[in-house]
Amino acid sequence: MNIDDIKREFPIFDDKIQNNDLVYLDSANSSQKPRVVVDRIYDFYTKEFSNVGRSVHYLAVAATNLYEQTRVSVQKYINAKDKDEIVFTKGATEAINLVANTFGQKYLSEGDEVLLTELEHHSNYVPWHFLRKAKNIKIEFAEINDNGEVTLEAIEKKITNKTKIISVSHLSNVTGAILPIKEIVQLAHSKNIPVLIDGCQGAPHLKLDMQDIDCDFYAISGHKMYGPTGIGILYAKKKWLDDLPPYQGGGGMINEVKKEGITYGELPNKYEAGTMATAQVIAFNESIKFMEKIGIQNIEKHEKKLLDYGLEKLRKNNSVNIIGNPKEKGGVISFTIEGVHPHDIATILDEDGVAIRAGHHCCQILHDKLNLPATARASFGVYNTKDDIDKLDEAINKCKKIFNL
Amino acid sequence: MDLKDLYQEIILDHGKNPRNLGKFDNYNKDAKGNNPLCGDNVHVYLRLNENKKVEDIAFEGHGCAISMASASIMTDMVRGKEEKEVKEIVTDFLGMIKEKDSLETNILKDDEKTKLMSLSGVKQYPMRVKCATLSWHTLTSALDNSDQIVKTEE
Repeated sequence: MNIDDIKREFPIFDDKIQNNDLVYLDSANSSQKPRVVVDRIYDFYTKEFSNVGRSVHYLAVAATNLYEQTRVSVQKYINAKDKDEIVFTKGATEAINLVANTFGQKYLSEGDEVLLTELEHHSNYVPWHFLRKAKNIKIEFAEINDNGEVTLEAIEKKITNKTKIISVSHLSNVTGAILPIKEIVQLAHSKNIPVLIDGCQGAPHLKLDMQDIDCDFYAISGHKMYGPTGIGILYAKKKWLDDLPPYQGGGGMINEVKKEGITYGELPNKYEAGTMATAQVIAFNESIKFMEKIGIQNIEKHEKKLLDYGLEKLRKNNSVNIIGNPKEKGGVISFTIEGVHPHDIATILDEDGVAIRAGHHCCQILHDKLNLPATARASFGVYNTKDDIDKLDEAINKCKKIFNL
Repeated sequence: MDLKDLYQEIILDHGKNPRNLGKFDNYNKDAKGNNPLCGDNVHVYLRLNENKKVEDIAFEGHGCAISMASASIMTDMVRGKEEKEVKEIVTDFLGMIKEKDSLETNILKDDEKTKLMSLSGVKQYPMRVKCATLSWHTLTSALDNSDQIVKTEE
């Protein structure tokens, strides 16, 4: 694959940003959007718009079909068994909240334990914390090791006969560690514990096969997969979606509504109350097609090459300290510079068009453990090149110069 | 935008070697400030004497060069001032960071004003304004919690 050609498909790189060529190294936060996705939103609104699933006129039927086509595309992309196992949400955050809320309602009571890890994003901690407050459940954290990874053994150590669900990241947005999720699922299932995978960083970068991983739930963020904001996916095994109560109530998710009571709709409508992000769902189909066209294996290979190059380059740069050294690692490099706060790094890099993120990356538990209030993070997407990493390195040197290092 | 406006020599100096960093024993007012977006935090301690004069002031915390320099310069500037004067300086500083071109208070000497104006570079960086203002808001909150139990004996 030719990266220059791929990069040209992203309109954001057409123009200078603040007089600089954009070096976008913040894809773990959100990816840029290819033209096909942006155009699809425009076309839908200008030529095809209607709400879905309700009216019988031509536009409504056509829009419903488009909306459902995305469901099938996602199902195939992640190799789910059934299209009804794909629930659209407003994002991965809502997907996790949906599980925590409904599973918590039905299966968690005082003293029960939910097992997370120390590297979870806040979106895979706060929803469980709500249950800790409401139901007095306990939250346990599997520990990270010195490499910034969570091993199967670390998970096993924290499983007790009170553990009711395990919820872990596929790929850490800070250390880049790829967790052994298949093994975690096997271990958990041997003890009859269901597993939720926070796949925000996994889905954009790794090949997914739900039937092979065998997890119970998998949360996906659309905007990190070259898709629009406002769309996420909850994959859940059908048995769970049939079994768990609905999440939000409203139009579209009901079967029959009477003064005396209500029955709920069939899957997948049961979990999609109200008017959904229709245009975004339809445009997300283009993101899937875009990634399929390149091939996820090719994306993986490209990002691995960038990662190796980036690690080599930054390791040579004195006073740069790279956070974590996991054996299995995705395209994320978090770092600090001795004597320069990450926010100052980010501001100085931005002056040269190098967009990175600084802060705790919504992982305060992890940063507390690392004893760092904040880190700087460069993360890769399919459009990044070695040249971007060279520019990152140069900008870091400029940073050191300003701070007289 | 120019990075030199933001990272002036005086900012880098105070950022690297913050004055009044730490905590002293007989403080009678304090407050904590957090910047939840970036995880920066500051804890301001001060001692007001019976004449409502800032006898001593210090801060603990961590943050970027801007926030550390701002807290450092601030603590230097308000030591020895009366509470009323401190509040006027805070209002003047926050007004300058927000919209005004210069400092207007007569309490500060010209060289002190020049020192404070070195922080005006953040006006070009809206995301960094809160770095410069965190310690000042925290100082206000410390002064306003006058009903707090005096902690000098702890």
